[in-house]
Amino acid sequence: MIATKDTPNIGSYEERIKGFDWSISEKELEYRKGGPINIGWYCTDRICQKGKGKKLALIWEGMGGKEHSYTYDDVRVASNTIATFLKGLGIAREDRVCLFMDKIPELYIGFVAVLKMGAIAQPLFSAFGDESLLVRLENAQTKAVITQRKHVHKIRKIRQQLPHLQHIIVVDYDGKKPLEEREVAFSLESAKPVESFDVCPTEAESPSVLHYTSGTTGFPKGVKHVHYSLISQYLTSRWALDLRDDDIYWCTADPGWVTGTSYGIIGPWCLGVTQCVLDVGFSAEVWYKFIEKHRITMWYSAPTAIRSLMKAGDEVVKKHDLSSLRYLASVGEPLNAEAVVWSEKVFGKPFHDSYWQTETGSIMITNFPGMKVKPGSMCKPFPGITATVLDPKTFEPIPEPGRIGLIALKPGWPSMMRTYWKNEEAYQKKFKNGWYLTGDRARIDKDGYFWFVGRDDDVINTAGHLVSPFEVESALLEHPAVAESAVVAKPDEVNMEVVKAFVTVKPGNTASKDLELEIMNFIRKKLSPLAMPQEIEFSPSLPKTRSGKIMRRLLRAKEWGQEIGDTSTLEDDA
Amino acid sequence: MEDIRSIVLEYVKKEYLEEGDEVDFDTPLISGGIVDSFSMVSLKRFLENKYKVSIPDAKATPEAFDSVNKICELMKEFTGAK
Repeated sequence: MIATKDTPNIGSYEERIKGFDWSISEKELEYRKGGPINIGWYCTDRICQKGKGKKLALIWEGMGGKEHSYTYDDVRVASNTIATFLKGLGIAREDRVCLFMDKIPELYIGFVAVLKMGAIAQPLFSAFGDESLLVRLENAQTKAVITQRKHVHKIRKIRQQLPHLQHIIVVDYDGKKPLEEREVAFSLESAKPVESFDVCPTEAESPSVLHYTSGTTGFPKGVKHVHYSLISQYLTSRWALDLRDDDIYWCTADPGWVTGTSYGIIGPWCLGVTQCVLDVGFSAEVWYKFIEKHRITMWYSAPTAIRSLMKAGDEVVKKHDLSSLRYLASVGEPLNAEAVVWSEKVFGKPFHDSYWQTETGSIMITNFPGMKVKPGSMCKPFPGITATVLDPKTFEPIPEPGRIGLIALKPGWPSMMRTYWKNEEAYQKKFKNGWYLTGDRARIDKDGYFWFVGRDDDVINTAGHLVSPFEVESALLEHPAVAESAVVAKPDEVNMEVVKAFVTVKPGNTASKDLELEIMNFIRKKLSPLAMPQEIEFSPSLPKTRSGKIMRRLLRAKEWGQEIGDTSTLEDDA
Repeated sequence: MEDIRSIVLEYVKKEYLEEGDEVDFDTPLISGGIVDSFSMVSLKRFLENKYKVSIPDAKATPEAFDSVNKICELMKEFTGAK
């Protein structure tokens, strides 16, 4: 098929899946097996070498009406400058460098700089509290953190517990207060630009990015990705997101999470596409204005944001010229059918749901451009991806359509995680019968479309972010008034799920609304706003098994109005 | 009303401000990224506890919570303050 302006990049899905080979991506990226591959170089120097140095790479807007634009050549030089600075500090290949910033330009440019010098980028969500930060920096033995003045106080609180952390780099130091131990100022604006930098010749299996994800038990796990993941991220950006050279792209995800790096930095920049970033809080009016102002053509967002826009109503949409929008996609949680129908009504085009995980590194199942959208479905696997649903008892693929099973993927695509950082045992547990188990459940209809059903564990998916009940329960126990805690997902109209905590208080404390608020704020600051229970229910006791284990399942069933099931192991019936 | 304004401003400063942030009565809290949608729940809970009112979710919108002055306007409906 000859591509035209109206034909999607993927062309015919049916044709693409026949005899698919990832070498198509390698060829387009001019990568030779066994040769060097560095994501940072592909996102900057290569684009400039292709003659796009003067093209805009980043259009950024922040608080207080601040705006800044960077060409690909600007990004190339700025990333050289940061990489040179890091090297000067003694950061070496494969050292972990944490990026702990709001969505400011230094985050995006710093990310590619870390990759260019061969270190491992460890992006962390800037709303994380000190406890969330501590477990992730401790586990990764992070050597440097690049951050902002406003977040330094969180690192100061924990740095004595982090002997490996040698440098805290502050990108907006204003000189008003003295820097403290291990802190160093760096300003992209005043640093001497570095025109030329020897990019580290990383190889396919060289580690690139370490993203942390939460599970049901234990502390967050560091998902290790490698530079070869680019092969997946490049092609999925082209075929699933349909990114084109003349697109103005907006990915609303924060690079503290995997979407924000795979498709908020790597995808658009390895293709030489102009991307926009808006670093302000959510408001329908502000978002629509941003699309209108920059004539955004491709918009990759999340169901929670889409549902919030729905809530804001149709009138605010009509106030703006959004005719530039060409293609819409969504990720993070299942996109409900109503949201797809609504987007068709107000934007004249549907949001295309996509399914993947931190561990998969790139889109696995998606509604492809040009294919029929069944609202509420995730559609079909990306070419080269073998996806199925497994019987939860036998771990064999379910042959008949419509039966719910565990979503499983055949390992082997380029962006598959390589391990959990220092936790090979947890990594191995993700595989059964040669399948990678996603931990999600779905059914497949007779046309081969996947329909998401829910998680297969207790992990809470709130606004597309996974929250570990274990982590919140542990933090709750650190509050002086809390004796016991259990944390479950509670259904929520906008966020799909939110955190709900059940708490018993220690003698001498009284359950009250003020105590509830105090505990909520305690968790918000310690972990993050996402992990903060939106509701706390005080109870004289929590349901336990006879062996003393809290029966989270029972509490969850109650929240979801489900059958409680087998309670034969319950301690008592109270 | 002045009292509510000062109390809410102080609470926002104490609970949500990062170092270096400054707020006044008109500073955008939600659209300015100072208070995110999750944290807004705790701000709503504070107002409800403090003023013994119940704010319906439909009224607790990001727009209504976008500044201390807007919050105070909203609170007038529930407290009868002038």
